[in-house]
Amino acid sequence: MASGCHGDSRAGGSGGGEVLEEAVGDVRVLCPAGRIDHTSVEAFQNALLPRLEDCREDGVAIVLDLSAVEYMSSVGLRVLMLAAKQCKGQSGRIAVAALGEQMREIFQISRFDMVFPVYEDRAAAIAALTRQE
Amino acid sequence: MRLRFWGTRGSLPVALGGDGVRDKVRAALRRAEGRSFPSEAALDAFIEGELDFATSHGYGGNSSCVEIIGGDNTVICDMGSGLRELGQQVMQDYGPGQPRRYDVFLSHVHWDHIMGLPFFAPAYIPGNEIHIHGCHTVMEDAFRRQQSDPCFPVHWEDMGAEFAFHQMQPGQKYRIAGFDIAAIKQNHPGDSYGYRLERNGKSAVYSTDGEHKQDSESETRQFVDFLAGADLLVFDAMYSLADMVSVKQDWGHSSNIVGVDLCHRAGVAHYCLFHHEPIYDDYDLQRIHQETRRYAEIMNQGQPLQVSMAYDGLEIEL
Ligand SMILES: [Zn+2]
Ligand SMILES: [Zn+2]
Repeated sequence: MASGCHGDSRAGGSGGGEVLEEAVGDVRVLCPAGRIDHTSVEAFQNALLPRLEDCREDGVAIVLDLSAVEYMSSVGLRVLMLAAKQCKGQSGRIAVAALGEQMREIFQISRFDMVFPVYEDRAAAIAALTRQE
Repeated sequence: MRLRFWGTRGSLPVALGGDGVRDKVRAALRRAEGRSFPSEAALDAFIEGELDFATSHGYGGNSSCVEIIGGDNTVICDMGSGLRELGQQVMQDYGPGQPRRYDVFLSHVHWDHIMGLPFFAPAYIPGNEIHIHGCHTVMEDAFRRQQSDPCFPVHWEDMGAEFAFHQMQPGQKYRIAGFDIAAIKQNHPGDSYGYRLERNGKSAVYSTDGEHKQDSESETRQFVDFLAGADLLVFDAMYSLADMVSVKQDWGHSSNIVGVDLCHRAGVAHYCLFHHEPIYDDYDLQRIHQETRRYAEIMNQGQPLQVSMAYDGLEIEL
């Protein structure tokens, strides 16, 4: 199992907004990176939301691996809420994993830790969201 | 310019109940650890120096009312329940026989922002002038309805003071009571308006009851431009962000961290959280204050942002 989307494959720029992707069975791991604020949020939204279309009961489950996100302002969190609503509306499952120290604090302060299931690392999130046969 | 907060609670005034008092007594006694205090001064030093703000003081429970000191007359933003005590203070300072002019800027006419007027003693005294400025066309109607049967025994026509309503337009510049003033329209059921007041190179923005969704960059940019370089922002920080963008979407209020992000973008020096959720007790509000400071620290890219939590009785000098 790969340890992260952002090893040697990071697609340029440290600004934030790009979202890398990796499939692990029926779980899709999405890895945003950098600083997500009003300057990068549009790219982040455009990169994230289309990848949720097949997040359904019989489709893929989504794990957002946030380990490479330095911080996220309220506009970025708003996009996460759109993602949560979209997945819920499609009866799909979404969770977040591997929050760094600052992102953990931001999730707690914004109460987004009550919106998403939060897992310690991606392996734990993948295990929890993998469909039991 | 100086701001004095008379009411800082959102939606409905609240009072500290018996359980709340008991929590504070408990916290203070626990902190004292059996010590005795030989004098009143020693007791005061303990209260000031060792108890946290939520235990020793608290945030108060009156609804929106802020006095802006430093202009020509008594200038007030909103007439929530905090207005009652403001009236008593002015009467004490100047005496009831001294006619005064009051200039009020009204964010909107929701009940929590006008309910103080029937209890504002200067409104009953002939000779006083009360000028109410705002962008809504329904201002006078709202005050008349508030003081009519069967809701209140003293009718609008029987108030002693002289009232005048002044229609403002957002985007235009005004000079009123010694302040340069502009208004901006905000997203709220029935609309609300924020005000920017400037005098002697200092500027304060009073922006309550506004939901900054940030789903349109051009709309957000407009508000950021309105705030640009302000010395102080008083901001509707009623909900957590998670609540604001989910269950309480379209309720017309913002969150603590949205205010921080807007201040950072606009280069505001001092951010004051306002219009507190009535279900929060003093310990909840104290925690939100600490968390908001921490968020501002994490997000800070340049000059540190000063973060205050408004409370009834707070004064901020600019
Ligand atoms: Zn209100
Ligand atoms: Zn309102």
